[in-house]
Amino acid sequence: MSLLKIENLKASVEGQQILKGIDLEVNAGEVHAIMGPNGSGKSTLASVLAGREEYEVDEGKVLFDGQDLLEMAPEDRARAGLFLAFQYPVEIPGVSTTNFLKAAVNQVRQYRGLPELDAVEFLKIMKEKMKLVEIDQSLLRRSLNEGFSGGEKKRNEIFQMAMLEPKLAILDETDSGLDIDALRIVAHGVNALKSPDNATIVITHYQRLLDYIVPDHVHVLYKGKIVKSGDKELALELEEKGYDWIKEEQVSA
Amino acid sequence: MSKDDQILEEFTSKEYEHGWSVDLEMDQAPKGLNEEIIRFISKKKEEPEWLLEWRLKAFRHWQQMHEPTWANVTYQKVDYQDIIYYAAPKQKKKLNSLDEVDPELRETFEKLGISLEEQKRLTGVAVDAVLDSVSVATTFKETLAELGIIFCSFSEAVKDHPDLVRQYLGSVVPPTDNFFAALNSAVFSDGSFCYIPKGVHCPMELSTYFRINAANTGQFERTLIIADEGAYVSYLEGCTAPMRDENQLHAAVVEIYVHKDAEVKYSTVQNWYPGDKEGKGGIYNFVTKRGICAGDNAKLSWTQVETGSAVTWKYPSCILKGDNSIGEFYSVAVTNNHQQADTGTKMIHLGKNTKSRIVSKGISAGKSQNSYRGLVDISKRASNARNFSQCDSLLLGSDCGAHTFPYIQVKNHSAQVEHEATTSKIGEDQIFYCNQRGLDTEEAIALIVNGFSKEVLNKLPMEFAVEAQKLLALTLEGSVG
Repeated sequence: MSLLKIENLKASVEGQQILKGIDLEVNAGEVHAIMGPNGSGKSTLASVLAGREEYEVDEGKVLFDGQDLLEMAPEDRARAGLFLAFQYPVEIPGVSTTNFLKAAVNQVRQYRGLPELDAVEFLKIMKEKMKLVEIDQSLLRRSLNEGFSGGEKKRNEIFQMAMLEPKLAILDETDSGLDIDALRIVAHGVNALKSPDNATIVITHYQRLLDYIVPDHVHVLYKGKIVKSGDKELALELEEKGYDWIKEEQVSA
Repeated sequence: MSKDDQILEEFTSKEYEHGWSVDLEMDQAPKGLNEEIIRFISKKKEEPEWLLEWRLKAFRHWQQMHEPTWANVTYQKVDYQDIIYYAAPKQKKKLNSLDEVDPELRETFEKLGISLEEQKRLTGVAVDAVLDSVSVATTFKETLAELGIIFCSFSEAVKDHPDLVRQYLGSVVPPTDNFFAALNSAVFSDGSFCYIPKGVHCPMELSTYFRINAANTGQFERTLIIADEGAYVSYLEGCTAPMRDENQLHAAVVEIYVHKDAEVKYSTVQNWYPGDKEGKGGIYNFVTKRGICAGDNAKLSWTQVETGSAVTWKYPSCILKGDNSIGEFYSVAVTNNHQQADTGTKMIHLGKNTKSRIVSKGISAGKSQNSYRGLVDISKRASNARNFSQCDSLLLGSDCGAHTFPYIQVKNHSAQVEHEATTSKIGEDQIFYCNQRGLDTEEAIALIVNGFSKEVLNKLPMEFAVEAQKLLALTLEGSVG
């Protein structure tokens, strides 16, 4: 059974339809890359899957781990194991990453029928996961994302992912604004978290990240539809030729 | 006799003409306020003559005063002749078990994490002899007495320590200070009295909770705290449990006298009934709180968490008279539904090198209005005075209001005064981010609000801070739908 199954998904924001019939199937153990030019609907897809309120689903069906995803509240989607690494993580003044994550982890554990972690257990797990993304404990004591550099914010997103152990992680342009070292650290973290039981969707504009996180499938999103799918070679082809040939193909088709 | 007094005399004796009198045997005074009622109160409480005179003087002054209208609040006028000013303390109805308690109230207790024993105490359920708070209080009293600390009800203090009461009563908040303080001075029912002798560091938090007979201090509470030279005390008022009261008007007075090298920390959690969702009912909380750092190097620190009451009018203040004295004010005020709060502080710098710090966090939700009003006054003599003020407002939704009225008066050129203010709104982005990590919207708001208020909550004693955090969340429940 597939982990995520999207059928004919159409969605609008402020009355304008952005997603115009998406079909996608993701199995456990797989890495999918979704690429496409600006404005093609990549981030909209991520937001709709995560349950952002401003996005209206017009049509379609999404099954996540056997459940009707679109019927679930955003927090329940998260608790059921859907994780979104934000393109622009928000700041929450006065709330440390540690406290924030402790609340989140325990909510997720409760949903999964696991006992709450006490402070000692939590810190122990945190210390292990910190190594994955080379994040410093002093950063985790600071207010969430407040005054963090671009790289620190993205590393913090992957750190949260490590702590929450999602079944499906969606990385929304996680590579944007990262220098090559930060990119490598982030990619290393994502790869280390890969298992036969979980899956990753990498949304990116550039092929660069895919050198580090190697996808099993690559999809090209254009004008709200997946217009081309292939393996990792497709990403290289896009890197070489740009998106114009896709656009042209669409016009002539 | 001055003309005013004559008129007053006529006015008050007139009532007599009509055959109206007060029977001392009654448990309760008739509605309304006049000199006879005040005499009745004073007699009932077996007060000395000077205290009666003090009350009467306050009353006569009050009659010529007008209710203040400058606060950013609107409410239905109080009919001062429609209030009962004295009722004998009633024994709370004893319940046999918590099952007899209003389930809604119990649910709130659970959410606040208030222990079963504490719930019983608050609702008047009989408790085991061993755990009875009275026995705890007695142990406390013994420890305090060994140190010479006096901590008792105001009425007891009038009887047992009349000289101290007479010396300090009205020394910080004169009976003529303002409309509500004058009213309180005339009719105050009871309250707390605390005296820390020279050089004594009070080893425990003094809480009204542990004071025997704390029940039924009524709507006109009077508190007097004196820290003698080099003394230290941390004092807690109120509790996080919801407080219901049939009396709509509450006009309390708190006076704190801090001598040379002494320090007083005063923390409040106020959770009076705020009225229903439509704004019906709820307490009018018109409080005068003021302390004086009378001697050099004295320090006074106010911390308040204000979540209850329909209308709040409250400005805990510091008079920094001694050189090098320090005043602090840390406040979190939350308003929801139709609540209105106009609260802040006054820092009056009189001495040299005096310092004050103001941190105010206002959180508004629903259709509520939340105002910060503060005065920083640096007198001519106060050279090198310093003040730092920070006023932050957080809005939930778009039907509420946050206002800041800072007044700054500087008459000495060497003063340094800083004021910072911010207003922000809890963003949908922030809430969605929390949702995406598995927190529901209520939890998200609680987290964001606690983060916003952290600087103030950190000033509260530990056990109080945890309850206060939950209380903030509870007050805002259902504010974002």
